[in-house]
Amino acid sequence: MGGIVTNPRAGKSKPIRPHLTEPRVVRYVLIGIALLFLGLIVILPMAAVIAEAFRKGWDAYVSALSNKDAMSALKLTLLTALIAVPLNTLFGVAAAWAVTKFSFRGKNLLVTLIDLPFAVSPVVSGLIYVLLFGAQGFLGPWLSDHNIHIIFATPGIVLATMFVTFPFVARELIPLMEAQGVQDEEAAVSLGARGWRVFFKVTLPNIKWGLLYGMILCNARAMGEFGAVSVVSGHIRGETNTLPLHIEILYNEYQFSAAFAVASMLMLLAVVTLIVKSILESRMSREEH
Amino acid sequence: MTFLRKKDRVLPGLPITLGFTVLYLSLIVLIPLVALAIKSAELSPAEWWNTVTNPRVVASYKLSLLTAFYAGLVNLVFGLLLAWVLVRYKFPGKRIVDGLIDLPFALPTAVAGIALTTIYAPKGWVGSLLQPLGIKVAYSPLGITIALIFIGIPFVVRTVQPVLQDMETDMEEAAATLGAYRARTFFRIVLPELIPPLLTGFALAFARGIGEYGSVVFISGNMPMKTEIAPLLIITKLEQFQYAQAAAVAVVLLLISFGLLLLINILQRWSNRRLRTAKGG
Repeated sequence: MGGIVTNPRAGKSKPIRPHLTEPRVVRYVLIGIALLFLGLIVILPMAAVIAEAFRKGWDAYVSALSNKDAMSALKLTLLTALIAVPLNTLFGVAAAWAVTKFSFRGKNLLVTLIDLPFAVSPVVSGLIYVLLFGAQGFLGPWLSDHNIHIIFATPGIVLATMFVTFPFVARELIPLMEAQGVQDEEAAVSLGARGWRVFFKVTLPNIKWGLLYGMILCNARAMGEFGAVSVVSGHIRGETNTLPLHIEILYNEYQFSAAFAVASMLMLLAVVTLIVKSILESRMSREEH
Repeated sequence: MTFLRKKDRVLPGLPITLGFTVLYLSLIVLIPLVALAIKSAELSPAEWWNTVTNPRVVASYKLSLLTAFYAGLVNLVFGLLLAWVLVRYKFPGKRIVDGLIDLPFALPTAVAGIALTTIYAPKGWVGSLLQPLGIKVAYSPLGITIALIFIGIPFVVRTVQPVLQDMETDMEEAAATLGAYRARTFFRIVLPELIPPLLTGFALAFARGIGEYGSVVFISGNMPMKTEIAPLLIITKLEQFQYAQAAAVAVVLLLISFGLLLLINILQRWSNRRLRTAKGG
């Protein structure tokens, strides 16, 4: 790299050589424009969430969060993430193992299909389950005969969330495990290790940060998903409202500070996610070097 | 890699992991998507065609495509600028700025939606400044575009940034030595290298923008024919129990997305190949 290889983050701050950069004025202007853009588009909305959340004072803020409907929305959001994240993690690990440790026909197709949910509009992600399980859906009559509720109930919310967060863990693990190859695992097998032991003792330590990274992103999306969940939820207060849906209801009822109070909690989740993500990123790049 | 193939089978777990992968993929993703196609096929070809060419539906497609396209263009310029500033320059707080780029990925879309609406509404922090100038942001296509700029910016920055980081500076050095002006060096040497990642980032942001719902639905105002995006129209049809029509509108939206996904894959392959040849193998 041009004779300069220092720490893992070196790429982020190459030493500036005068003939390879712009005049100081140009640099400052460009940095200024970039920061102004980021300020208008990203930072201002965050500031607005905080300002609006506390507009009616601390007591109103607390009561908006401790309100019965807010609590039941929080519970449903946590429950949904608690089901969707582990299942998608299990899937991600299995898919990455199959795809990166073996070669078989149709592998590229499989990888493309895993990415598919990223290309689907959230609304369509909800719609497909309504068409399958809704009252007029394919399985609707059978389900209602057996008194099973999927749409406008928790299972539908969980399914829609699983769909939109489907690729997160697999996406993180496949390139990582591809780069690591199969030598370590093969060595373990030739030394007599079996099945699960190979995975837990050899593979897992190698992929733990990448796995956690995928899970964190999966969780953030699972707790924050709006469009897909909105289609299948039916918006029954205290029953099928997740936190993002609760925000929508409050907002549409002109309870702005309550809506923003709940929104500030989800923003906190996003900020924590980003901090953990950046810690994991520096861990991963340190282990790479 | 072929020599590895025989040895591959040394490792355990192919049947169970592949079996589970295919089963889970089918249950969660493939079967529901097939159900969508089948449902839309309940319409006769003529009904199907009438549904997706209905003026209100066409207006919503146009709006979704155009606002996503304009937002993508804006992100192309500012995404490149942000990536450039983050890779090439030093300034205080750079790590925080770098982290903030990902906020639109992590922030729930409903939160972004209500926050942007509040700022750009006629009485909001920015909206009140633009109102006297006769610029209406919230409840107009401009507002939708702003929401999609927010949603799309990380895509462009995060595809351009790694390429810029790995880029050798030899060529720039040579150009400088030969007396080329900095601007000329940028447009003749640096920018051509960045075209594949820029296009990939644009396509990713564009694809995401077409289907986006949460951040847009609050700021758009949802007027039929004017500010009604395609995903919202699907929900409207669903609420009127027009399941097959909703499915038909969704199928067209999906086909556009899949077409873009294909394009993105081709672009990425092109970009990788260029990177490899640039590095001499």
